[in-house]
Amino acid sequence: MKRQLILEDGTFFVGEAFGSMEKKMGEVVFNTGMTGYQEILSDPSYCGQIVTMTYPLIGNYGINRDDFESIEPHIHGLIVKEVCDAPSNWRNEMTLDEYLKIKNIPGLAGIDTRKLTRIIRQYGTLKGILCDLDVSVQEAVDYLKSTNLPNDQVKRVSTKSAYASPGRGHRVVLVDFGMKHGILRELNKRNCDVIVLPYNATAEDVLRLNPDGVMLSNGPGDPKDVPEAIQMIQGILGKVPIFGICLGHQLFALACGADTEKMKFGHRGSNHPVKHLATGKVMMTSQNHGYTVNEQSLKQTRLQVTHVALNDGTIEGLRHLDYPAFTVQYHPEASPGPEDANGLFDEFMAMIEQFQKEGDIIHA
Amino acid sequence: MPKRQDIETILVIGSGPIVIGQAAEFDYAGTQACLALKEEGYKVILVNSNPATIMTDTEIADKVYMEPLTLEFVSRIIRKERPDAILPTLGGQTGLNLAVELAKTGVLEECGVEILGTKLEAIEKAEDREQFRALMNELGEPVPESEIIHSLEEAFAFVQTVGYPVIVRPAFTLGGTGGGICTNEEELIEIVSNGLKMSPVHQCLLEKSIAGYKEIEYEVMRDANDNAIVVCNMENIDPVGIHTGDSIVVAPSQTLSDREYQLLRNASLRIIRALGIEGGCNVQLALDPHSFHYYVIEVNPRVSRSSALASKATGYPIAKLAAKIAVGLTLDEMMNPVTGKTYACFEPALDYVVTKIPRFPFDKFESANRRLGTQMKATGEVMAIGRTFEESLLKAIRSLETNVYHLELKNAETVSDELLEKRIRKAGDERLFYIAEAIRRGFTIEQIHEWSQIDRFFLTKIENVVRYEAVIRDHVGDLDVLRKAKALGFADVTIAKLWNKRERDIYEIRKQANIIPVYKMVDTCAAEFESETPYYYSTYEEENESIVTERNSVVVLGSGPIRIGQGIEFDYATVHSVWAIKEAGYEAIIINNNPETVSTDFSISDKLYFEPLTIEDVMHVIDLEKPVGVIVQFGGQTAINLAAELSARGVRILGTSLEDLDRAENRDKFEQTLSQLGIPQPKGKTAFSVEEAVRIAEEIGYPVLVRPSYVLGGRAMEIVYKEEELLHYMENAVKVNPQHPVLIDRYLIGKEIEVDAISDGETVFIPGIMEHIERAGVHSGDSIAVYPPQTLAPHIQQKIVDYTIALAKGLRIVGLLNIQFVMYNDEVYVLEVNPRSSRTVPFLSKITGVPMANIAAKVILGAKLAELGYETGLRRECEGVYVKVPVFSFAKLRNVDISLGPEMKSTGEVIGKDTTFEKALYKGLVASGIHIRSYGSVLLTVADKDKEEAIELARRFHRIGYQLLATNGTAEALKAANIPVTVVNKIHSESPNILDVIRQGKAQVVINTLTKGKQPESDGFRIRREAVENGIPCLTSLDTAKAMLQVLESMTFSTTAMSEEWVRL
Repeated sequence: MKRQLILEDGTFFVGEAFGSMEKKMGEVVFNTGMTGYQEILSDPSYCGQIVTMTYPLIGNYGINRDDFESIEPHIHGLIVKEVCDAPSNWRNEMTLDEYLKIKNIPGLAGIDTRKLTRIIRQYGTLKGILCDLDVSVQEAVDYLKSTNLPNDQVKRVSTKSAYASPGRGHRVVLVDFGMKHGILRELNKRNCDVIVLPYNATAEDVLRLNPDGVMLSNGPGDPKDVPEAIQMIQGILGKVPIFGICLGHQLFALACGADTEKMKFGHRGSNHPVKHLATGKVMMTSQNHGYTVNEQSLKQTRLQVTHVALNDGTIEGLRHLDYPAFTVQYHPEASPGPEDANGLFDEFMAMIEQFQKEGDIIHA
Repeated sequence: MPKRQDIETILVIGSGPIVIGQAAEFDYAGTQACLALKEEGYKVILVNSNPATIMTDTEIADKVYMEPLTLEFVSRIIRKERPDAILPTLGGQTGLNLAVELAKTGVLEECGVEILGTKLEAIEKAEDREQFRALMNELGEPVPESEIIHSLEEAFAFVQTVGYPVIVRPAFTLGGTGGGICTNEEELIEIVSNGLKMSPVHQCLLEKSIAGYKEIEYEVMRDANDNAIVVCNMENIDPVGIHTGDSIVVAPSQTLSDREYQLLRNASLRIIRALGIEGGCNVQLALDPHSFHYYVIEVNPRVSRSSALASKATGYPIAKLAAKIAVGLTLDEMMNPVTGKTYACFEPALDYVVTKIPRFPFDKFESANRRLGTQMKATGEVMAIGRTFEESLLKAIRSLETNVYHLELKNAETVSDELLEKRIRKAGDERLFYIAEAIRRGFTIEQIHEWSQIDRFFLTKIENVVRYEAVIRDHVGDLDVLRKAKALGFADVTIAKLWNKRERDIYEIRKQANIIPVYKMVDTCAAEFESETPYYYSTYEEENESIVTERNSVVVLGSGPIRIGQGIEFDYATVHSVWAIKEAGYEAIIINNNPETVSTDFSISDKLYFEPLTIEDVMHVIDLEKPVGVIVQFGGQTAINLAAELSARGVRILGTSLEDLDRAENRDKFEQTLSQLGIPQPKGKTAFSVEEAVRIAEEIGYPVLVRPSYVLGGRAMEIVYKEEELLHYMENAVKVNPQHPVLIDRYLIGKEIEVDAISDGETVFIPGIMEHIERAGVHSGDSIAVYPPQTLAPHIQQKIVDYTIALAKGLRIVGLLNIQFVMYNDEVYVLEVNPRSSRTVPFLSKITGVPMANIAAKVILGAKLAELGYETGLRRECEGVYVKVPVFSFAKLRNVDISLGPEMKSTGEVIGKDTTFEKALYKGLVASGIHIRSYGSVLLTVADKDKEEAIELARRFHRIGYQLLATNGTAEALKAANIPVTVVNKIHSESPNILDVIRQGKAQVVINTLTKGKQPESDGFRIRREAVENGIPCLTSLDTAKAMLQVLESMTFSTTAMSEEWVRL
């Protein structure tokens, strides 16, 4: 069945529908990863967005049991050049089409995704709607222009209640702003005793659990839409080691007095080079963000830039000069994407241990 | 890190002649590297023995040495030039081996030369089997278990630990003779016992078989600051078991989930870091299709064929950046040359599918064993880009130029189901087509998967194509179906066949309906960043990104895949013509599909279209670009063959007109022209029946040269000496009938001479004349050519010059022409005129310093030779002597007869230059891989007609102290002439017979002119193959033997006793 994508600038693409036939609106973004569609579509950070994969053949290895980054996907649509209806991989359990149907997510295939990508690159991310052919372009454009995108994505994707993922190691409180399973997996791998809290946990909620460290997760949308988290972070800063990823990084920057801003079309893909300023070494990172920390705004803070994006110089990592806290804009938990930065979780463990040692000295 | 300031001069080692396994990709890599080093301000000294390369142009390096790539000669260059450093990782295995040798013999240390880039230790760790295994074990990277065994008991013990299947490789048997795969005890007993028997040291290597695993490659780069990236990963459609050079390969991988992708990426990066590679590196891995289990198969610590493919597949110039890494630059401080805005330290994102298909020489070598395995057999490859897999695959198929435009094979329907299964189980070069045929016959994907182990993903894609054939057939004229067919990559030819229309009709229908391709850019970043790379591919989508400029443009057609008869020489000419077009102020547009070449480097032309060279695909570009015209002279026969159809579609052919091209190519018209010009040619006629053939041969006199009229490139061409041979040929080699006549020409046994010239219609400039060592009858590409002529009398040379001028003018040549003459009884006859660039253009350009392709391109664009400073006639002879020696890849092609004849067999060539003919030839022979020993034994077995000549040769061999070995017939002749000879038993006699003599290395040279022919069972054939397989030079032309003897004589003192000398006097 033919359906269409209409963009707020009036451009439209007619293609072959797959997945659900739902009419859905969202911010249209592109991801340049050549593998990892299952992780991408289940990454809560894409909540409310319509994701275009720039690699043309998607669904080749099907959908498997293991590679989800959340239990429920939150994307509003998936756009591909070609969707594979006969996937081949030993872990394959169903086709992408079948999965999207189950999860009620519309997909569109057979369009010139490179043209769409170039539009986004040129004009920046724009709003779009996936709908049937009977919707007129003008009608859709008017609707898109007059409708604001939601700003409660974090609330939608965060866990409603706290839960534990027990371990025998360090107690880490993981604040879920739209957490990818990968983060939890990395902490579990390091034997952490993880307790996951909802996005609106207060500093008291966090500290009451007596954590050895606090992890601020990734998540969707504009960090300024989550003021309660900023407050929470301000309440725990200096009291417990903090490690933040993606939205967690942006919230941390805001909590420390810096500012964030929206990017033209963001960074989404598995090939983003990030330079570690202290060593001069570059790592390939997995990224997914539409906002960034404003560099100028760091002047009035006690934050130090540790990592920058090699290509556009945007801030990719921060460290607090006075307190045990560091954050990165990219995804060291990978999944999908390169695992080059995986060692940051070890650094977090080391920071926790260092903090404990120093605490012992003070208490001694 | 800033670049090294402590070095000034860098020696770059090239890869030498084109052989199977080492082709044009190293010219591409070497050229990029030299230019990159010069760009950084270093002085580059280059050594390479291959004259057909761009890298040996004096514009590419500061100093170019065209010398043999041997320890002896390269040491000499190093001692003379005293470079500060050497860059060994860009010249293939040849360059790498030579660098290791230079280091081990202490030459580098003696001259204070540092190895740049990847260090020697790393190279050895990667190349040495044991060291590599040790390193992998240390890293915890799995390698297939293996063990050397000496008995059946040991074999059982090994299998007990690793399980079946296992591969058995007997030690020291050539080409793995006696080995095989065992899947059960019975086979193990049989194959191991046999293998142990075959092995002279009574040992076998047993290896766990991973046949059927997915073969995945990662092209990785690392700099001195330990930044490491993956440029590209690739998946072989053919699972492990077939050499990656012979496999159909796609980029990026298609059937790997992100976890599998990252698993293998991590392994590759771990390995490149552990090895300490500084530059490019290729990691080959085998992945279990049913688990996360994988094995590391091989690591190449250098740029390779795969890296050239990865560069073209992604746009990322690996060799260029590897060279810069070698001088200390790091990835994060270099820009990505494609975007110009982002850095080189990133991993390219593709938004298209790339397919590479190897080009095999089996059209030339019909008797060759077509079975594919671990020994590479392809001479070249094509690459195609599409937005669907099907499109990319079908574009690649029609790029092959094997007269196949689709997933179909001539006569495939006549193959029985049993044979079909066999052809799919045991991979040959045509397996892909048999798979399509099997699908057509209704075999299931499951069935074919079980036979071939090819991933179902790819089989399903092939099925999509096959299924759509029926849809097309059932919907004649349906535009929606047509649109879909084009998006799936179907060629107009195929659709025309299904719709029972002409190809051109389909093209017109599409144009009317606006079903035309758009062009997308290859930009390394999937459109994330703006790029200005002028590198495009076609696809059927909405947005066209190839913006046509206001400037006048010229389209140059490239020469497609490297194959026997059309090698790198044509890429050389193509690139030079592109440069000339740019110099002349036009926009130069190139269309080509060979990923190995310099011409498909996007920085060469103003615009590169990576497309099949078929009329349809070329016309699409022309329709968009509307060039002033098309140049077809430089792309070999590929481009010339398109001229007529292009012209018919209203495209202007620049240079020699279509009509005149035809006058040179069409036999009748050519004959007419020659007789008008009063230039003699060997008598010849066309026969339409066997009887007629016999009559004609009788009339013009034996020996005659016979060939079918409808086959190009010397295929099925033979020289016959008597009627019974002619009848045999007519019955077996060709099917003569009125539609397919046979051409019969008088074969003149004389000296062959070759000339290349440039003409603008008024002035005809001849840069030089080349004399062939081998008499006419040996294909010019397989002959040793000498410049300047050594034995031609002035009046003969004058005649050649006169004829050349007359022919150039008479044929109204504008651009290049190549003529082959034969000298017979003091008269010069024309054998052939090629109205295009030839194999000898780079050779002659380099010797004479006349940039022939450049001048020709300018002439084609309207310049006059007089304005450019050239006048009619032969250029003043250059100093020195230069020989071009052909290089063959016979060791890699089983069951191919190596004897020289009218069909070309060589894959590459080398140059030898020095002050005398003997010295030049010595270098040429050495560079071509022949070891020249000043003493030893020569084994002679010659045909009766050659005995007289052979006696003279034998006498001379004897005089310089060579021992003579000969089979009975030849020995009798020698004895009769009073030449001491040792008789060797014939093939079928008991040991030690002639084959044993060869096997045991008792002869240093084999001279064999016996029973030429393609029948593998003939004695001559077996003797020649035995020599090749034992690495002993085997000369099949007495002329070559004579020339070699001349070299030997110049190297040695004669050893004749006084009395003998007296007797002779």
